Amino acid sequence: MLELILLFVVISAGTGGELCVSRAMKALGEVHDFRPAALVQFAWRAARVGWMWVGIGLMTLAFFSLLAMLSMENVSFVVPVTALSYAAGAIGAALFLREKISRQRWLGVLVVCLGVTLVWLSRR
Amino acid sequence: MHAGERTSNRMKDSPGLHLKTYFFLLFIALFAPLGNVLLSKGMRGVGSAKDWEPRGLLHVLTGILASGYIWLGVACLLAFFVAYMLILTWADYSYVQPASAFSYAIVAILGLLLLGEKVNALRWSGIAVICVGVLIVSDTHPRTTEKP
Repeated sequence: MLELILLFVVISAGTGGELCVSRAMKALGEVHDFRPAALVQFAWRAARVGWMWVGIGLMTLAFFSLLAMLSMENVSFVVPVTALSYAAGAIGAALFLREKISRQRWLGVLVVCLGVTLVWLSRR
Repeated sequence: MHAGERTSNRMKDSPGLHLKTYFFLLFIALFAPLGNVLLSKGMRGVGSAKDWEPRGLLHVLTGILASGYIWLGVACLLAFFVAYMLILTWADYSYVQPASAFSYAIVAILGLLLLGEKVNALRWSGIAVICVGVLIVSDTHPRTTEKP
């Protein structure tokens, strides 16, 4: 039961954290200037967006949950199931970020999920 | 599908949007695994703390701070995170997340070329499947939302 709760936290907090960071970045707008001084200014602006800190907090929670899960289950089980985060990411992007996900992109996401699972099944 | 998305969304792309998106995806796919490999190499050199005694932990901490591999790994991961933040300012999360899975292929190639690691048939087939998925995703338009 605890493993299932941790799995839920790893996927939901990890993906949720990245979605929050993505929302913060969209709020800042497209970056065109990649000079070092402009990037420092960009980082400073990013640090002042609330969603950025919510995202970092959630990603930290997901990281420690992953460590706790790895102490209970084999990595060969843990990592394939975390491939579900690709599907969760697409669902979250559609609902939270209002991205329009075409059938083609859904198909690509599912194929990536399958590939990641195969890669981690090969870890023996 | 791709052309249909373009016309239906009716958004103006900034100049070189696709080119800079592919460049940043490649950067992300390269620097994330490179950072992890360097951290792993550095930590193997440092060793682990026995019984978590304060003296042992101090020894490990000193080793971490003195390890060039670990500093390089941290620099790579920092560069990865900045690039990840930057690409998300213009590209969809549902585009970047699956497309950056290309890093699995980079890891296998780096492992094979730099560390001489053996990559079995199942892993190569998984990598091939990921590459197909990445190609399918990257054939969609990077941005489906309006500019803020």
